[in-house]
Amino acid sequence: MWNSKRLVLAHFWFAFAGFGAALLLGAWQMLVRSPLHPWIRDPEWYYRSVTAHGTTMAYVFPTLIAMGFGYFVTEHALQRPMVGLRWAWVGLALVAVGTFMAIVPVAMGLASVLYTFYPPLIGNPFYYIGVVLVVVGSWIWVALMSVNLYGWKRDNPRAPVPFAMFATVAGSYLWAWTAVGAAIELLFQIIPVALGWRSTIDAGLARIFFSWTLHAIVYFWLMPTYIAYYTIVPRAIGGRLFSDAMGRIAFILFLVVAMPIGIHHTFEDPQVGAGFKYLHSVFTALVALPTLLTVFTICASVEIAARLRGGKGLIGWLTALPWRNPVLLGAALSFVMLGFGGAGGLINMSYQLNATIHNTQWITGHFHLIFGGAIVIMYFVIAYDIWPHLTGRALDSFGLMRAQLWTWFVGMIVLTFPWHWVGILGMPRRMAFYDYTDPQIAAQAIWVTMSVIGAAILVLSGVLFLVVLARGQTALRIEPAAYRFSVAVRPPRVLPAALNGFGLWLGLMVALTIVNYGFPIAHSLATPGTAVPAVKVGER
Amino acid sequence: MASLRNPWFTASVGVTAALAIAGAIIGFVWLPLQQGERFHGIWDAICTAAGLVRNAPAGGQIVRADYPTTTVEVVPQMLRGASAESIGRGATLALRCTMCHGARGLSEANTPNLAGEYPITIYKQLVDFKTGARASAVMAPLVADLSDADMRDLAAYYAYLPRVSDHPPITDVPPRIVANGAPMRGIAPCGACHGELGSKAGAAWLEGEPAVYLRTQLEAFASGARRNDIGEQMRNIARAMTAEEIDAASRYYSDRP
Repeated sequence: MWNSKRLVLAHFWFAFAGFGAALLLGAWQMLVRSPLHPWIRDPEWYYRSVTAHGTTMAYVFPTLIAMGFGYFVTEHALQRPMVGLRWAWVGLALVAVGTFMAIVPVAMGLASVLYTFYPPLIGNPFYYIGVVLVVVGSWIWVALMSVNLYGWKRDNPRAPVPFAMFATVAGSYLWAWTAVGAAIELLFQIIPVALGWRSTIDAGLARIFFSWTLHAIVYFWLMPTYIAYYTIVPRAIGGRLFSDAMGRIAFILFLVVAMPIGIHHTFEDPQVGAGFKYLHSVFTALVALPTLLTVFTICASVEIAARLRGGKGLIGWLTALPWRNPVLLGAALSFVMLGFGGAGGLINMSYQLNATIHNTQWITGHFHLIFGGAIVIMYFVIAYDIWPHLTGRALDSFGLMRAQLWTWFVGMIVLTFPWHWVGILGMPRRMAFYDYTDPQIAAQAIWVTMSVIGAAILVLSGVLFLVVLARGQTALRIEPAAYRFSVAVRPPRVLPAALNGFGLWLGLMVALTIVNYGFPIAHSLATPGTAVPAVKVGER
Repeated sequence: MASLRNPWFTASVGVTAALAIAGAIIGFVWLPLQQGERFHGIWDAICTAAGLVRNAPAGGQIVRADYPTTTVEVVPQMLRGASAESIGRGATLALRCTMCHGARGLSEANTPNLAGEYPITIYKQLVDFKTGARASAVMAPLVADLSDADMRDLAAYYAYLPRVSDHPPITDVPPRIVANGAPMRGIAPCGACHGELGSKAGAAWLEGEPAVYLRTQLEAFASGARRNDIGEQMRNIARAMTAEEIDAASRYYSDRP
């Protein structure tokens, strides 16, 4: 019945292979800019590496996980074979071709523009076209999620859409709309310049378009993690989901308020008015809501599991939990990192506080803690949980899994806490070397060294992860029981249309985007003299 | 779904709109007005908060340099693809330059070697000599009668000449100032713009230039005697360089083939 096994497996292996390579690059970057290494003679290599690391980790890796997990959810939540399998392979092929097309010029030093593009820097056109292909491949996934959902709805009128599918489709719509900003920037601004059709570019407008994508893309990365919190964790520890409706509202809130908030990334940009910066701050603050809802619902669900296992008392139930279960362990470590990362995020979204950490290492620390930590650790958990269902083989290296999750957590904390700290001390980001002999920053050397140790622990953990998966490919064949997602305490029998579909929420998402982005974009377009000469990188 | 009788619709749209309107009133009106006398009324506050670009108030003070500044707007694409005619005319015009710059753009006279230099660089310096943005008692009379087309032709000709060397480099290892600059003093690596690591439009290719010339120019930038870098980038860098760094960079580049 399940015909997407090889498809999902291909997505996951491709994703994790890219992740492994990019992880090594990241660790190398930590080393060369630390006091443990002499100054790199040609800093261009550093930026080459940063571009490859960012492009792989931000565009390719999470997109493939979301796609692969989305296909898995489609079949197992809707309990029927997926429609459009061939198209899904086409999507994967586009992502693969796009990845190679983008990475080759980066490796050749022709596109060291970092994954955030930074016009007026302009690199080789193949880099940008490759990124566009990755996005187009993922849009096929978005379409397939829709097609499968509506096919199921047609056959099951008025039945509640299974929660896992509802959340997955919400994530796919969020991605479809958030990718539009960067797509416009690439297609109408950057690629024409990269191809030599134009020689100037409005860098300010490009930054506004990129901010459209840049913040909500984080929530797209977050989606598989949140879906796993709701649909895997309670089931894996023998509990129930506290509230199905609360989960749906959390994903709906992400859909509506994750989008129109990206201008908090351009707080220091002069081309955006302070009023819009404030408005985006307000909506950024609102994104805390779905996260707080999630933390509450998942903690309540875990408590249910603990009490079912005989847990007692106000706090005592915590001891009744199966802490040796990698899914619970991963989720708990993820929550801790989400807590610290979220607290840091409150500083980034505050206009005045941001000024103290803007463009410092604090920012790099922040998004590594949230994405590399809280989000990616759940990608590992997802892989561990569904691997036997993909390979038909046992995945029982539980000790290794726990060691892997712990080392990832410890490595990420040791990497990012010093990173945050040196950011507060004023250490700028995006630099290939620092003069630690200067008394002004000599005291930061020890913290940067500590980050290198964190990076090394992460590499070890990454290797452990790939070892666990590889062992799963060669283990004993088994016939795994039917895959189940968490069941709610009160499974919904009838749902209001608003909690079973997306029309209203997509309308609100687009409307809010227009309110929050319409004027800044129109104003930039209408203001003459805002374009600057492009600076080609890689030309000697 | 989109009906006022649907409580989900009215509540979600109502709450979202209320938040947006409240946020807008605070961000566009209340917060700007808290800044005292800066704005002339509510409309002015709203327009400013929206980011409207407006002209500077009339009568405002505009600070101008009290010396001639360069008139060349450098863009990376300028002077690309010179024609053979342009190069030929440049070769004829260059006959008057051979005394100092050599018959083929190379000389032993400690004047800049121009063979293979970027056309933008040559053109900009010629224009700056002509407008007085760069002062030189020798060059000023020589460029006085050159037209804009003449200067473009000269740039095309010298850019066309091959860079040749009569010696291999003594070392391949650049000094720290060239490869890394001095991050704590705000000095970017020389090589990031002038060759070794990369090049930037308008910056000269320095490899093979005479050490005496390079040192003199860095000292002139540092003292402010030379000031045709409109962004003051070279003046700021040269001021922050030590005498040893100036010497090391000059020697390294002059030693390059």
